[in-house]
Amino acid sequence: MNYELSILNNDAERGTSVNGTTCQNRSGCDGCREAEETSSRRRFLQKATTIVFGSLSLTLLPVSAGEQTDDNPADGSDGDSENQANLGSTDHNNDAEVVFGFLVDTEKCIGSGKCLTACRIENDVPEGFARTWVERFVHFKDGRVQVDLVPETGFSGSGLPTIDPDDVERAYFVPKLCNQCVDAPCNQVCPVHAAFTSPEGVELVDPERCIGCAYCVQACPYGARFINPETNNADKCTWCYHRIMRDEQPACVEACPVDARVFGRLDDPTSELSRRIAEIPTHVLKEHLGTHPKLRYVGISSEVT
Amino acid sequence: MGESSFVFPNDLHAPWSIMIVLYPYITGLVAGAFVVSALYHVFHQDVLKPVARLALVTALCFCAFATTPLLLHLHHPERAFNIMITPSVTSAMAGFGFIYNFYMLLLAVEVWLVFRPDIVERANSRTGLVGLFYRVLSLGTREITPGARAVDEWLIRALAIVGIPAACVLHGYVGFLFGAIKANPWWSTALMPVVFLVSAVVSGIAALIVLYLFLCWRRRVAPDADCVRALSRYLWISLTVAVSLEMLELVHMGYESGAEWHILSTLIREQLAVSYGLVQLLIGSVGPFVILLFAIRPRLNPRMMTFCSGLASVLVLVQVLAMRWNVVVGGQLFSKSFRGFVEYTVPIGGREGWIAAGVVMTLPLAALFVAGKLLPLWTDCEHATQRADQPKPDGPLVRHGTTMTILELHQTSDTIAKEKTIT
Repeated sequence: MNYELSILNNDAERGTSVNGTTCQNRSGCDGCREAEETSSRRRFLQKATTIVFGSLSLTLLPVSAGEQTDDNPADGSDGDSENQANLGSTDHNNDAEVVFGFLVDTEKCIGSGKCLTACRIENDVPEGFARTWVERFVHFKDGRVQVDLVPETGFSGSGLPTIDPDDVERAYFVPKLCNQCVDAPCNQVCPVHAAFTSPEGVELVDPERCIGCAYCVQACPYGARFINPETNNADKCTWCYHRIMRDEQPACVEACPVDARVFGRLDDPTSELSRRIAEIPTHVLKEHLGTHPKLRYVGISSEVT
Repeated sequence: MGESSFVFPNDLHAPWSIMIVLYPYITGLVAGAFVVSALYHVFHQDVLKPVARLALVTALCFCAFATTPLLLHLHHPERAFNIMITPSVTSAMAGFGFIYNFYMLLLAVEVWLVFRPDIVERANSRTGLVGLFYRVLSLGTREITPGARAVDEWLIRALAIVGIPAACVLHGYVGFLFGAIKANPWWSTALMPVVFLVSAVVSGIAALIVLYLFLCWRRRVAPDADCVRALSRYLWISLTVAVSLEMLELVHMGYESGAEWHILSTLIREQLAVSYGLVQLLIGSVGPFVILLFAIRPRLNPRMMTFCSGLASVLVLVQVLAMRWNVVVGGQLFSKSFRGFVEYTVPIGGREGWIAAGVVMTLPLAALFVAGKLLPLWTDCEHATQRADQPKPDGPLVRHGTTMTILELHQTSDTIAKEKTIT
């Protein structure tokens, strides 16, 4: 900046000289006037350039600052618990070897809806939105496929249409939640680093940074994100990050009466999750999109999107 | 295979509202209007001189309010500057702040340079607060010698040259925002940025024709027929390219008939039947195409030509708005389950309602009105085509501060006589 100022000063001095000689005529000769005009214009342009480049360099400073804070998970939580920020600084959290995974066994799920209630209570999910939900797929003998949303009261509660079992070829329940993609589109599109990945591979939202543009909501192929009307931030399933960092199970997993939801460490070959994934064929949703979800399913067919 | 309707629970709420429809509409008008001014400043299309200043100021006024719908849409508008303070390099949206500010700066500087002689003249002649305003606006440089103007002209041309790719980036980028969302088959196409870009040019030219004709009518001055015809010709060409690309995109989707075509075809046939089939394609594309084809015939009566051009331009503006609606809202009318549809209705009030949308679209026009009061939007060559039935000015006609020559006055009389004969 000082260098630029010195250039400006030198030019200002040079402005009164023509061809190396200083004009003494106070009323101003043509050459002198031209020189003054040139000088004035040059000063203006240089000042403008200094302001523009100065502003640009100022905007770059916080960029690097922002990137630094991203590496520190203590800087952000997903909005459901302020405690997450403190948990992020534990030794466990900084263990880069930890990779969490999730398995949903649709052959076990009975559509009880207990996971839905547990999630809503645990994460204070507003009415009309869902961090997790359960779909009932019914394949009829005539080839039709019917999909319904299981109410929180479960399959035996009100809300699900009654179906004649004689018409049904097969039926199953599909719990849905965040896929925690390795190549998460929601993370990619977030313009302000509010969507970030924890060291354990969990996609989180920084409630202090989110501008509520909803680009991440549009980018998620699984409909897992929403704008929380109470916080005005993007909101999503975090696999109960605040719980799993305390070596607890996610609320939905704990509430499931039939162990249809399995949460665990992918990096530990002895974990139940790793063992089951190794033993049973599993699938991911919308594989063709290349998002590489860490949520895997047992027993789903191509109709499930 | 028959399928029931099913919507993911979070898809019931369309997160992008009418404000996100208006945002690309406004930036499109900016980019298009700038392209018209560049045609004059860079490609020396002198026939566009009557609208060259209007084009630049229109671009600036709309650009100044391009962020308004975004701020109304953001759930945390107070954090809007995060997009420039902590931008994510992987996000297409993060480029917005930089692209927008660069373009806004470029436009502001170019407008200032174009109007500098007028600003300086007023700074020197006016007194009081008005004089102070122009003196501040002159930024301390009051040289309007031929040498200084030569430098200005060089800078104007240079900025216009830089501005063309900048305008392309500004609006192509908006299309990219949608085209890069692989989760949405209605948006995810490489053609999207190109379609947005060309339709931006279309909307900018159409807006200029409408504004020019309206302002001529308000000033009781006959519009420059050659200029309107040239603009109509550009509009017809760009409209043809834009609609062709839009159709190419649709035909390509249908011909491929990918996994999601069943939901997209239903979307087009049912949910978007009116806004896409009727408004965008029939009224907004076929209509202006035919009308403009008629309007640009060289021997057409100037009054009929301007009427047809104006009508076609209004329809084109509706077409582009419908296109933005069909892309932005249409892409949110089906669930990512690809099994069901949702409804979106614009509320009357609220931050993202009809009234707010009306205000957003009025603000740039209000700014244009104010700009028209502060700066001379019209080059004096238009006096040459002053309506014959209007009373002639008492004093000598003035062009750029100099009295018109006898020869020019003769030419003016000839032009008026010619117009009389034609009409």
